[in-house]
Amino acid sequence: MNFQKIRTLLGGYLFILPAFLFFIIFSAYPFFKVFQLSTTSWDGISPVAPFVGLDNFKDLLMDNPVFWHSMKNAFYVTFLALVVQNSLALLLAFLCDRDIRGGNVYRVIFYLPPVLSGIVVGLIWNWIYDGNYGLLNHFLTFIGLGNLTRAWLSDPQTALISVSVIHMWKGFGWGFVILLAGLQSIPRELYEAARVDGANSWIVFKRITAPLMIPVFILVSILTILGTMQIFDIIISTTGGGPGYHTEVPITRIVAMMIGSSKFGYACAMGVVFGLILLAISMIQIRVSKMMRQV
Amino acid sequence: MKTYLRFFMVSFLALALTGCSGESHKQKNLNSKSITVWHWMSDREDALNELVNRFENETQVKVKLELFAPSEAYAQRVKASAQTGTLPDIYGILGEKRDFASFIRSGYVKNLNEELSAKLGNETDVWKNSFFAKALAVNEFAQGNEFGIEPGIYGIPLDASTIQMVYNKKLYAKAGLDPNNPPRTWDEFIEHNRALKKSGLPGFVSGFGEIWMIDALASNWAMNIMGEKKVFATYEGKVSYNDPDWIKVLSLFKQMADEKILVEGAVTMVNKTAEQTFANERATYAFNGSWCVNVYKGMNPGLEYAPIPPPAVSSAYPIRVWGGAGGSLVVNNGSPRRDGAVTFLRWLTAEKQQSYLSQATENLPSVKASLQHISPILSGFADDMDNATHPNVYPVHEYPEVTEAFNKGIQSILIGEKTPDEVAQNVQKTKEKELAKNAK
Amino acid sequence: MRAGMMEVNYEKVKKGTISFFIHCFLAIVSLSCLFPLWWAFASSLKTQQTVFNDLSLFPKNPQWENYYYAWAKADFSIYFLNSLFYTVVVVVGVLFVASMAAYAFSRLQFYGKNVLFLILISTMMIPIPGSFIALYVLLNKLHLVDHQLGYILPQINGGLALGIFLLKTFFDDLPKELEDSAAIDGCGRFRIYWHIALPLARPALAVLAIFNILAVWNEYLLAMLVLSSKQLMPLQRGLMVFQGAHITQYPLLMAGIVITVLPVLVVYLLLQKHIIKGITAGAVKG
Repeated sequence: MNFQKIRTLLGGYLFILPAFLFFIIFSAYPFFKVFQLSTTSWDGISPVAPFVGLDNFKDLLMDNPVFWHSMKNAFYVTFLALVVQNSLALLLAFLCDRDIRGGNVYRVIFYLPPVLSGIVVGLIWNWIYDGNYGLLNHFLTFIGLGNLTRAWLSDPQTALISVSVIHMWKGFGWGFVILLAGLQSIPRELYEAARVDGANSWIVFKRITAPLMIPVFILVSILTILGTMQIFDIIISTTGGGPGYHTEVPITRIVAMMIGSSKFGYACAMGVVFGLILLAISMIQIRVSKMMRQV
Repeated sequence: MKTYLRFFMVSFLALALTGCSGESHKQKNLNSKSITVWHWMSDREDALNELVNRFENETQVKVKLELFAPSEAYAQRVKASAQTGTLPDIYGILGEKRDFASFIRSGYVKNLNEELSAKLGNETDVWKNSFFAKALAVNEFAQGNEFGIEPGIYGIPLDASTIQMVYNKKLYAKAGLDPNNPPRTWDEFIEHNRALKKSGLPGFVSGFGEIWMIDALASNWAMNIMGEKKVFATYEGKVSYNDPDWIKVLSLFKQMADEKILVEGAVTMVNKTAEQTFANERATYAFNGSWCVNVYKGMNPGLEYAPIPPPAVSSAYPIRVWGGAGGSLVVNNGSPRRDGAVTFLRWLTAEKQQSYLSQATENLPSVKASLQHISPILSGFADDMDNATHPNVYPVHEYPEVTEAFNKGIQSILIGEKTPDEVAQNVQKTKEKELAKNAK
Repeated sequence: MRAGMMEVNYEKVKKGTISFFIHCFLAIVSLSCLFPLWWAFASSLKTQQTVFNDLSLFPKNPQWENYYYAWAKADFSIYFLNSLFYTVVVVVGVLFVASMAAYAFSRLQFYGKNVLFLILISTMMIPIPGSFIALYVLLNKLHLVDHQLGYILPQINGGLALGIFLLKTFFDDLPKELEDSAAIDGCGRFRIYWHIALPLARPALAVLAIFNILAVWNEYLLAMLVLSSKQLMPLQRGLMVFQGAHITQYPLLMAGIVITVLPVLVVYLLLQKHIIKGITAGAVKG
């Protein structure tokens, strides 16, 4: 082995060393601690944490339908976000990628919902969805659909979807910014060449844009999944998980367990299981997309 | 590689520099003799700061007030600090009684019994006697309490509160009802609501999205229908939630749904939205705590309303409302400045300071002598203090999981998804599961 | 000839209609995004009594002094500088550490590369609401409680996973030719990364900076956990003054929110130019 080779090899490790130090200190250690706590019945306060083995996990997997229901709700919102929110983000990124009049203005405007604080978002949407004085009900009455009016956030049929709409509205700006950056880094020459060859917009998208954008699509969809599965603030400021369990999501359950019931150990077990599920989804996503890329 | 190294040296130097500035700051903390107080009451911050200034002027003892808000963030900070032994001299404990017990058991809270009962000067000047008994009781652990805590009083209430119903007098007059004759019984309540409905006026609002508010109201009626003893027997597992009395409690909410008494959307409303609704006269009744006086005053000074106890369903037992301490502070048992901390709390709960605090924040004072300074509406809330109860003074406690199933079940009844019987069965099932788990 | 002219007109009309519909669509989406900000602004000019009573979007007696009160009461003059400092340090830290790692994962060869990559980005996937206690215990051991570093380092760590993932995605797509020729010229790996790869990745760096600036600027839960002294607190601590457990001073809160949101928007406006500049950088590819 020659010196040059060792240097190159070491070089790679040196590059990731700072990131890895951060990871070890600020992520791995807390994660290990949480895993350790998940095997106890700790109440979050006392200095002793009685060891209970895998009891928490057993109860969680076999005997906690509410948690799994909350998981189902999160999957529902995530599915909607993947389809609707990302399509919207992509469409808008597309339109702004063209040399459109006022393109710069739109770019700033679409980033407003992510920037706005949760308090404003909660206040505004509570007002929009209000059963008696809500903007949405006013609008529906105005266009002659008065029979559809309701208290959107407390009607079991619409609560979850109403919350999803808020989440997607607040979130599409993120995807928009990333997708736009991706689109902007595609060389214009490729488009021009295709145009010269007489390709229409759809073919240009299919042959040039889509293949080059696949990595960015993967990035955005993984971020959407992770971001949406962990939805919390919006729920707390609009429905608090109700009515009944209709808008409960994993994080609201974990927090309820940790703060409401003082079962810190159990809450940690929920966190570990939830984290592993997210990890599994992301791995599958990465695998599938790698296969797609090779095709 | 050289650039790499240089960059790192520069960045470490920069970090070290910021480190130094922080270190000197830390040094100050360690050497200071001042009493540190942690609290979460952001709306009382100005008033507390003013009081701290007065205290420092009077006694030359420094007090450092540190605010952590909102309350969830505060609770996290306190729990985390408990793990490292870095709790301040004075702090507050949020959460249920079992959390309080856990802090005491871990040695983080001083038993203030002696200080509270000590006779200073003449016979009557006992600290304990100046408080509303109910306000102090929430911080008390009685002889033979279920947590096995040494009997004593472990916290000092800064203010007090009761949770009751309020009704809008103007809307009452509008509906042709007597504005000075609010409903005393459930039947009257239903009747008045029908009258309001006829005149196209709104009904009842509360922040039922925060399920503890459902719990408060439901337990008022439970105590009224079956009496305290039977409620506690249920918590002990000796009475089933399928008992007709509990079904009756749940059926009240069914009737509320059938009569459309609740303002639309109240089932998932956070209390702040419910408060806006009542303040802007979009609800005739609300169920809310005495802090609402200040909230309503800010949003609609002309609001004409009065507090009433929730309407009685039965005459078998009195109606009890929740009440007691608003915010309480405890003294850190591990602090070397315990005596100073007690002195500060004693000063803070003296009549003069309490009067200032209750006037500045429109909260009920925790000290009886300061009552004379409060507004008429607020004293309406104080009138029911003798009748007050609170989970913190119960001799037994329900499992949080069961309470949640009960409250969420009431939400399901209110949206017409489940019947009282179904909810009762489900709650009982949860109860049996918890009983079995804890028997192990 | 005639047919040709009609053809042109038809094309023009078609283009015009499409562009009209596109603008309509963009305008509707824009309105939905602008409305809340405008509502917050309008509310900031009302009084506590009129804020939920008078729903007009152009308040009749605008209370401009709300901005003065908000600024003074929230002690923004302290917090603004603090937040500025935290934001700059955290964002520079994230950009530097993440881009270095991402570059290595994208370009360099070393054992266990894929496993290490997955381990690093899994941080982002395992959110543990319970980890705050472990973090606090750790920071206490390092004597970083109530210290700027205790607030900065965990936030840098928090931005790394997304940063590495995002930058690796973009590095993977960058042309290698420039770097190869630099390597032939005898440039070290670090210099290639610093002088060639980083400038090319500017659009992605801008995106990452935008996200992290927003995250740090809006952060307050960690601040409440780690910091105690008022002198060290970030901007969001100021807004807490208006949101009591019971009383919320809505107009002042809205004024405070408008004040805190504006800098983020200005910075975004400046940074997003780099996203456009990516066109020329990307043109090297192919």
